[in-house]
Amino acid sequence: MSVGIVSYGVYIPRYRIKVEEIAKVWGANANSIIDGLMVYEKSVPDMDEDTITIAVEAARNAINRAGINPEKIEALYTGSESHPYAVKPSSTVVAEAVGATPDLTLADFEFACKAGTAAIQTCMGMVDSDMIELGMAIGSDVSQGAPGDALEYTAAAGGVAYIIGKKNQVAKIESTYSFTTDTPDFWRREGMPYPEHGGRFTGEPGYFKHVTSAAQGLMKRMGTKPSDYDYAVFHQPNGKFPTRVAKMLGFTNEQIKPGLVVPRLGNTYSGSCMMGLAATLDIAKPDDRIFMTSFGSGAGSDAFSFEVTDKIEEIRNGAPSVEKLLANPVYINYATYARHKGKIKL
Amino acid sequence: MSVPRFWRRLKNLYNLIGTRCEKCGGFYYPPRNMCPKCRRNGVIVPFKYKGTGEVVTFTIVHSAAKDYSMLTPYILAIIKLDEGPRLTSQVICDPSEVHIGMKVKSAFRKLGEESDRGMIYYGTKFIPLEK
Repeated sequence: MSVGIVSYGVYIPRYRIKVEEIAKVWGANANSIIDGLMVYEKSVPDMDEDTITIAVEAARNAINRAGINPEKIEALYTGSESHPYAVKPSSTVVAEAVGATPDLTLADFEFACKAGTAAIQTCMGMVDSDMIELGMAIGSDVSQGAPGDALEYTAAAGGVAYIIGKKNQVAKIESTYSFTTDTPDFWRREGMPYPEHGGRFTGEPGYFKHVTSAAQGLMKRMGTKPSDYDYAVFHQPNGKFPTRVAKMLGFTNEQIKPGLVVPRLGNTYSGSCMMGLAATLDIAKPDDRIFMTSFGSGAGSDAFSFEVTDKIEEIRNGAPSVEKLLANPVYINYATYARHKGKIKL
Repeated sequence: MSVPRFWRRLKNLYNLIGTRCEKCGGFYYPPRNMCPKCRRNGVIVPFKYKGTGEVVTFTIVHSAAKDYSMLTPYILAIIKLDEGPRLTSQVICDPSEVHIGMKVKSAFRKLGEESDRGMIYYGTKFIPLEK
């Protein structure tokens, strides 16, 4: 396979709410929640931000980072579980706003938290078969957590865009492998404002089974082992799951550390795993190898193996890093958070 | 704003695309079909603005129309783009931060929506330019 990442861009809203602030409203023990989830705060969108505006900002950062001509992007897919419209693509707005229209194909993807990595795989196939020169895969979400639900402590906002192509790769995609079953661990019905989940059911038969199966499947196919990789990124619904799954698979805490952004960011759903990869690319050196496995409830996992190239140094400073976007947040209280998230209806 | 009216202005709102007169070098936003200086001798072409500029003046809206009531207090400002044209836009920052001469850059945001069932309008607002 001769396909790779040509550029990437991220966007994180500047607002944060601390777990203590949410716990205070519901009379919960904040320390217990922080210990259980390994999440201290989460990002909150502004009142005029949604999945589309976040996707546009991430896409523009990806284009600017490597000086890409947007007219060369011939496919664009936006993965999200919080598309603003039930019917009408988010991707048409994104493509128009980045100047990629009209000569391209596009669609919106939905697969809980792994719609973005499914979009990467779609672009890989189209690029590798020479159907297109460049494809853009986006994971963007303003994820929903019902008031008082466990998800409210982690459901965050953010987006990541990857441009996939053959020329000028900053990271070669060595291989990919997916593991998918019908496992109803999390869902949101049509017209409902908040998702439902199977509580602990989302752990063992959902996250851990699918992530370990996809990761082991890829390493078996490639003949690699955890020690062959410099870094690893796993889907981050909280801090505990990726830390535990890394240990189960034989990866070390040092390998996952650069990409473990969830404690300061929360779960950005379709952007989660891809955000961890972006944070890792921000510090990676040429020839480093990165292992990544996403997870989407429902359920499935996409595993990827990357090898960083010399080009990474050329484009690294062309757009804001994840660390820069995490720095200097504006902390808000629960009342302001409720306004930002549309939980207050006038 | 009606759907057709928004759709006609969509490229201007998303990407700050205005016009420029190649004869006199004048910049226009929103776009003009005819150069007001050169009249019929002007040569008008599309022009994409960089999106950076400064606050010329501003007001802080505390009592807003119904569609904007959730945003209060918000900043409405006249922005002078680096290329010259002035436009009216929201500036997204704490009202205590905004000041005349403040350097700003464009950001992609929701401009409004026609109720929960209607269309969502997207376009350009401004945020402080990082030092």
